[in-house]
Amino acid sequence: MSSGLMSYVWEGLGNTLLLTVFGALLGLVFAFIAGLGRSSERTWVRGIAMVYTEIFRGFPSLVLLFALIFIVPTFGYQLNPLFAGILALALNIGAYAAEVVRGAVKAVPPGQIEAAIALNFTPWQRLRKVVLPQAVVAMIPPFTNNLIELLKATSLVSLVYISDLTFSAQLIRASTGETALVFFGLLVGYGVIALFFTAIMKLLERMAARSLGRTVPSGLFGRKEVAA
Amino acid sequence: MDWDWEYAIDSLPLLAEGILVTIELTVLGALLAYVLGLVFAMIRRVGVPVLSQFVYLFVEFIRSTPLLIQVFAFYYLLQPAIGVKLSPFLTGVIMLGVHYATYTSEVYRAGIEAIPKGQWEAARALSIPRGRVWTGVILPQAVPRVLPALGNYTISMFKETPLLLAIGVVDVLNSAKEAGAETFRVIEPYTLAGVFFLLVSYPASILVRKLERRVGTV
Repeated sequence: MSSGLMSYVWEGLGNTLLLTVFGALLGLVFAFIAGLGRSSERTWVRGIAMVYTEIFRGFPSLVLLFALIFIVPTFGYQLNPLFAGILALALNIGAYAAEVVRGAVKAVPPGQIEAAIALNFTPWQRLRKVVLPQAVVAMIPPFTNNLIELLKATSLVSLVYISDLTFSAQLIRASTGETALVFFGLLVGYGVIALFFTAIMKLLERMAARSLGRTVPSGLFGRKEVAA
Repeated sequence: MDWDWEYAIDSLPLLAEGILVTIELTVLGALLAYVLGLVFAMIRRVGVPVLSQFVYLFVEFIRSTPLLIQVFAFYYLLQPAIGVKLSPFLTGVIMLGVHYATYTSEVYRAGIEAIPKGQWEAARALSIPRGRVWTGVILPQAVPRVLPALGNYTISMFKETPLLLAIGVVDVLNSAKEAGAETFRVIEPYTLAGVFFLLVSYPASILVRKLERRVGTV
């Protein structure tokens, strides 16, 4: 393959990684706000968090992408396409991850929270020093699934003409006609990126568990989440 | 740009056709995923040599790569290679079904593993034939428990159908796109398409949660 075509590959790969990493970070922010919001004592906070998770879990990410790329400009704003992609993916994955945050916070034994109250911790200290350190360990395995879902969803941005890995591959296929090579390489490429992210998440899980004095079984596919 | 009710109503018939296609894709794809997923799970449980390892690798591979690219590969690469030409619709049904079968197989696996060992032992002690053990003992206990998870994946499939517009399936989003291309007004058709997804998936997820409360989760 000529170097001109290779530069498409690198650009696409860069954008795919960019979409995944920033989508994940922004999604994490949405997830924590909405997930903790749903555990709030105030009804209106719970209400807003619930509306967010229900709406964005109900929309296909492609519809969201179309809305941000094609509808928003009709109001006179033009979002940077890459940012629009990140935002659409983050809003979607954040709604799923919010449920993970909520579940993990709920799973912290009530005795822990009672003990923190008995020790006169402020609500913020309770959250930061008692609840979250334990909840985060439980969040990481399902977050790994969310991250892989996000990586897979980034391929959708090629349908709104953002030059990610899939888009570059389509360009190369159109100009060289190497259908087999391109699609095979693409599938293997996404598989390898997924493996790479899984390994990083496994490392994070071990670090988080160690900080609590727990250990995590070794192996990349040690655990598997089942329910959607 | 303002909302134009007249235009919104005018675009409804076109959208309705797309809605029908989206629903057909979801129903047929889901049926395929339910059956194929069970086959995968049983192959792995029984431990058929070679086939079992192949299914494991296949499931891991399909689960970690995007459906969109699998659809492209199946449509532009595999079909010409084996000399068949399926319609975009049929391609969509098959790929949705195969992709989600890898997810449902994990669900069935968990459901089957949740059946106490004593059930298998009791079935063997009563010398029930192998096929009958599955149909008479294991599956009747495992399947009800996996229904909520299957329901969740069906909703996910429903929301993935729009990506099939990439190979020319005229689903609800593609209909909206066509309506928009004719008139250069995109707010109404896209919004209606979005509302349609929300109107189906939100009540469906409430139903799944009700089911979850009744039968429990795996």
